[in-house]
Amino acid sequence: MLRPNPLSRAIALLEGPQTQGRGTPFWASFAVVVAIACAYPLFADGYDVGNNVYFFNWTFMALGLSLIWGYGGTLSFGQTAFFGVAGYSYGVISINLGDAYGLTLFALFASVAAAALFAALLGYFLFFGRISGVFLGIVTLSVTLVLERFMAQTAGPEWRVGLARLNGYNGMGSMPSLTVPWFGGDIVLFPDVQLYYFTLALLVVSYLGLRILVNSRFGNVLVAIRENPQRAEMLGYDIRVYQLVTFVIGSAFAGLSGVLYTSWGNYITPASMNMTAAALPIVWVAVGGRSDLTTTLIGTLVVLAGFQALTIHGSQYALVVMGVLLVLTVLIAPRGLIFGLGTFLAKCFHHKTTAGRE
Amino acid sequence: MTLVYTLFSFLYQTGDAFAFLVLSACGLAIIFGMMGVINLAHGEFILCGAYVCSASARAGLPLPLAILAGAVAAGLVGMVIERIIIRPLYDRPLDTIVATWGVSMIVTQSTLIILGSAMPGTGTPFGSFAVGPYSYSVYRVVLMAAAVATLGVLWLGFTKTRFGILARATIQVPHIAQALGVNTGLIYSLTFGLGAALAGLAGGLYAPTMTLVPTMGSAFVVEAFVTVVVGGADIFLGTAPAALVLGAAKAALTSWQGQLAGQIGLLVAVIIVIRILPRGISGWILRERA
Repeated sequence: MLRPNPLSRAIALLEGPQTQGRGTPFWASFAVVVAIACAYPLFADGYDVGNNVYFFNWTFMALGLSLIWGYGGTLSFGQTAFFGVAGYSYGVISINLGDAYGLTLFALFASVAAAALFAALLGYFLFFGRISGVFLGIVTLSVTLVLERFMAQTAGPEWRVGLARLNGYNGMGSMPSLTVPWFGGDIVLFPDVQLYYFTLALLVVSYLGLRILVNSRFGNVLVAIRENPQRAEMLGYDIRVYQLVTFVIGSAFAGLSGVLYTSWGNYITPASMNMTAAALPIVWVAVGGRSDLTTTLIGTLVVLAGFQALTIHGSQYALVVMGVLLVLTVLIAPRGLIFGLGTFLAKCFHHKTTAGRE
Repeated sequence: MTLVYTLFSFLYQTGDAFAFLVLSACGLAIIFGMMGVINLAHGEFILCGAYVCSASARAGLPLPLAILAGAVAAGLVGMVIERIIIRPLYDRPLDTIVATWGVSMIVTQSTLIILGSAMPGTGTPFGSFAVGPYSYSVYRVVLMAAAVATLGVLWLGFTKTRFGILARATIQVPHIAQALGVNTGLIYSLTFGLGAALAGLAGGLYAPTMTLVPTMGSAFVVEAFVTVVVGGADIFLGTAPAALVLGAAKAALTSWQGQLAGQIGLLVAVIIVIRILPRGISGWILRERA
């Protein structure tokens, strides 16, 4: 018997029924895309590179939402709540502890943990109360709207945690950026080339990690629950635990986005948790194709880039276009525009190869 | 005597919160209870009602008529949206939430672009009255009466009229109703229009008491959501009692710790309630009866 080499064994972990894209062509193009992404700073200005990290910051929240909504079938419309909790936690911790000795990295982990803990607490009540689809959506949405209102009224000087003023609707600023302790001096991750590579590496690791997760036994059970919760329960799975764990993981990713965003702009405001902010992740994930990680990732980047371009040229209309895009996607391509395009291309490609063999 | 004054104050606060919850939630509750659709553009129907009411009141229409005009306008817009966006999605109820959210984004932002960031209001009518050391707005008492009247009219409408009977038949077993010759598509359209009109009514009624901004809908939706979640699918056995209980809780928390504590307390109460009563108050009452 042939023993499979380590590379193909690793790829086998990444592939499965729950993800689109497999085999040599897919992974070759994946490698090319990563290589282009790595080479991009060599040809661009450091300032532009730093600005483009902005797009990457949001992809973590989108991937987390894809896991919860696309794979788990749970309508979580309040991912921005965890984004905000982690963003504010990062601000409070890093302002109080400072940026020496890699303490900002501690702040990163602590803030993501805070978001995960909050998700676990909320998720316990929701999933163990067996709240069904529609209600879950509106409860999570209510949570983020109430958090926004709470943070918006923290303008007074009494709202401070240690050295950090919360600053109400004006938002909290001047927290240090993420800083990596390194030989011969700390590397401060300003929006520049270093931050770009840091975020890109995180993104690749998160994407591959989530692919492994959804193609594992856990992911298969999760999809089984999405398809038919009662059947999954009759087969002996405690669906509450699976949904709760998924919710916590996905929300931790939203928290990671929150920390990266706060560190990137040294700024976080309550507006990052309002109705519009909560709607945007839904648009990215729905337009891309929520039931697949790859289409979610591509869709998020495409929609974000389009949104940015629209904001520059016709600032106010960008949100109207997002709304129209969301309605049209639901009506015309419920599985997502990028997902539909991907299936179409795969069909063409498959058709060609089989035609070639005949 | 102080006790009486405090008690009256608490009752007034509770009534005020009750009216707000009933009026902001009943449109959402009707659409959810009858069609299983959560309308995330609910806040925007409220916005529509408030803007139309305010504009026509300033154009010279008497306030009661202006409020009705707001309700009618929201209802008509609701029927159009039902026809274009909701109807193709009846077999995918979860997608209707997402689609109506898209509608909400479009409306909020278009209002901002077309009508600017604020609209002049009309001012609260009727002045105030005093009980002991505290003074109260008369208009708020009118709102409480309007909430009770709305529930009464809806109850009569659903139990005594032909539309009510056809609508209840359509929710219970849509296919049988259709087989018996009920135009279920029309019933759904009218029901959605009714829910939207009720949202518009809430907007019209509250327009004189608040500043009109394009995001004003989100001041209502959280309360509307939690009332529907706690109440469950039945408007009379669910929304009304839920609004009463939540109204008392909110009034107590607000007078103790301020407005924000009232809102946060409401949400926390809801999250705990759904852990105990997942199908809401109406689910619980109906189980007790069965």
